[in-house]
Amino acid sequence: MKINKLSQFIKLACLAAATATAQAKPPTAEVNTTGLAVTDDTVTVGQLHSATGTMAISETGSIQAEQLAIDQINAAGGVLGRQIKVIKEDGASDWPTFAEKAKKLLVSDKVGTVFGCWTSASRKAVLPIFEKEKGMLYYPTFYEGLEQSKNVIYTGQEATQQIIAGLDWIAKEKDAKTFYLIGSDYIWPRTSAKIARKHIENVLKGKVVGEEFYALGHTQFGSLINKIKLRKPDVIYAIVVGGSNVSFYKQLKAAGITSDKQTLLTISVTEDEVLGIGGENLVGFYSSMKYFQSLDNPNNAAFVKAFKDKYGADSVIGDVTQAAYLGPWLWKAAVEKANSFDIEKIAAASPDIELSTAPEGYVKIHPNHHLWSKTRIGQWGANGQAKVLYESELIEPDPFPKGYQ
Amino acid sequence: MGEYTNEELQSILIMQGFSGLSLFSVLLLMGLGLALIFGQMGVINMAHGEFMALGAYTVYYCSTLTEKFAPAFGPYYFVAAIALAFVISALLGALVEWLMIRHLYRRPLDTLLATWGLSLILQQSYRSLFGAREVTPTLPEWLMGSFAIKEGLDIPINGVFVLGLSIIVTAFLILFLFRSGFGLRLRATVQNRRMSGAVGINTGKVDRLAFALGCGIAGIAGAAFTTIGSTGPDSGSRYIVDAFLVVVSGGTASLLGCLASAFGIAQAQSILEFFLDGTKGKVATLLVIVLALMIRPQGLFPSKVRGH
Repeated sequence: MKINKLSQFIKLACLAAATATAQAKPPTAEVNTTGLAVTDDTVTVGQLHSATGTMAISETGSIQAEQLAIDQINAAGGVLGRQIKVIKEDGASDWPTFAEKAKKLLVSDKVGTVFGCWTSASRKAVLPIFEKEKGMLYYPTFYEGLEQSKNVIYTGQEATQQIIAGLDWIAKEKDAKTFYLIGSDYIWPRTSAKIARKHIENVLKGKVVGEEFYALGHTQFGSLINKIKLRKPDVIYAIVVGGSNVSFYKQLKAAGITSDKQTLLTISVTEDEVLGIGGENLVGFYSSMKYFQSLDNPNNAAFVKAFKDKYGADSVIGDVTQAAYLGPWLWKAAVEKANSFDIEKIAAASPDIELSTAPEGYVKIHPNHHLWSKTRIGQWGANGQAKVLYESELIEPDPFPKGYQ
Repeated sequence: MGEYTNEELQSILIMQGFSGLSLFSVLLLMGLGLALIFGQMGVINMAHGEFMALGAYTVYYCSTLTEKFAPAFGPYYFVAAIALAFVISALLGALVEWLMIRHLYRRPLDTLLATWGLSLILQQSYRSLFGAREVTPTLPEWLMGSFAIKEGLDIPINGVFVLGLSIIVTAFLILFLFRSGFGLRLRATVQNRRMSGAVGINTGKVDRLAFALGCGIAGIAGAAFTTIGSTGPDSGSRYIVDAFLVVVSGGTASLLGCLASAFGIAQAQSILEFFLDGTKGKVATLLVIVLALMIRPQGLFPSKVRGH
């Protein structure tokens, strides 16, 4: 009798468990009507970054952060009850290769979504393919704006979000009137400088006393520094990219331009670059970013701990790395809201998705597929970490700003 | 320039002159080893930049080790690191000569291809060994400041340091080539290899030493650049373009030409950069070089005897 009761109980329990799983795991035919690589147990996604070539330095952080998010999602039961499998492709810092691999992921592998790209050039190379083959790309880098696609979710900031709040802060805080703009010579710094100049001249009623661009990899800033000394700007506004940063800040310091005499605000230096520049060469200068590793909130504490546990205590997390981490979580939220893996439905479900667990605090997807985010000002210390001095309200993304083009 | 005082303009003139001079010393250091190897041996060394990067990495690892094990040595390690950079790059140079270059003498186009392959191999090795990130050594405090001569007039110490270093290296190289027994044997080998062999000069050994010396100088150049720039697996490919500009416009084989063209390019670039912006300055400099080469295709100081 007793045994009979027990077996009955077990049967019931099994039945209940089966029903519960069935609820969490809708049949594949229902959630995947377009033939994506989704089975009853797994969903395959693509990761398309440069693991080799000159961009590997920057994209390694993004690859790591996306993998971490995917691992965490899998450990918590996956997406619609399916474990995420990843196909990694290497764009090799070469834009035609990016396009080729994007096509492979979408057409042959039929992946559910793709996390990837870093430079604007690589994104522009894959964009027509994502639109034609109806894929979805989660793109993590802060970038110049002037773009919007139904097939891309932009998890970094666009130019106006990063630039305007930072300039407003520095103008008010330092009573700055004159600005010297200096950048690397390609589309992102040039567009950013254009927006900054418009804002300085039209809104802040300040003056741009110099604007210059140097080739990527340039290492000699002696003449520039002399010009800066001659013009004595209130603020140096720097958009120098990559290894040139090291030369730029070392030479500034050697020429006696340090933070006690000169205000400098940059939008191109994150914790990753500081690792190369050396905190001692940057002490007291400011960065305008949406994320710093030193952000003090419980989400970020957990994120930093998980990242360091997985990739070592010496690893650092920059703005883009955090933005890459958001990708898989935003995708999961969209899939679960749409109750489908179909790209059309994910795109339709994406606007207004919120993520209150984001390390940066809170983000929400705008109908234009960019994120509402806060802009923060960090001041660099000798230890390579930034102290967050200011935090804006949530800023609405505006990739096509009127009056700034 | 009406908005500036005379005093300000004077200071800028001095600083601008100095920044041209410091660019000159950088270009000279880059070009010397390359010119030596091509001028004396007829080898176009496309991996020159990678030997520079090796020197830079040597300084970086010296810096890390010093910080870890002998922090008290911190202010002085840099000088020892430069010497070590020379030795390590020269040793690798000797090895490469023995493995590869000696089979390709008198075939300049083949050495171009072979050393280009070598540069790719080295770049990937650096990436695997040292990581893809750009690194920079912690430099001693005394090297990072500036001589503040008066308000608004600062001469960067690292610039002075690199200038001094390039003068020493150039002087050493000239003395070595024209006042030492080895230099004599080297010049003899270049002029007539078979005759030199016949009078008892071990020409194979001379070649190896000359190649190692050129690579060692590249190592010193790389070590010097850590004071102004960063080091990464592909730093070498950034250096090599400037190095070739200097050597080609100087008259490939000539050390004097290397000196003159480094000076000309540096001054042109520094002046043009000041009056135009950075990119335009660089483009204008290249145009000047192209024009100069159209007028004198053989470079500023073509040598009368080529090593092949």
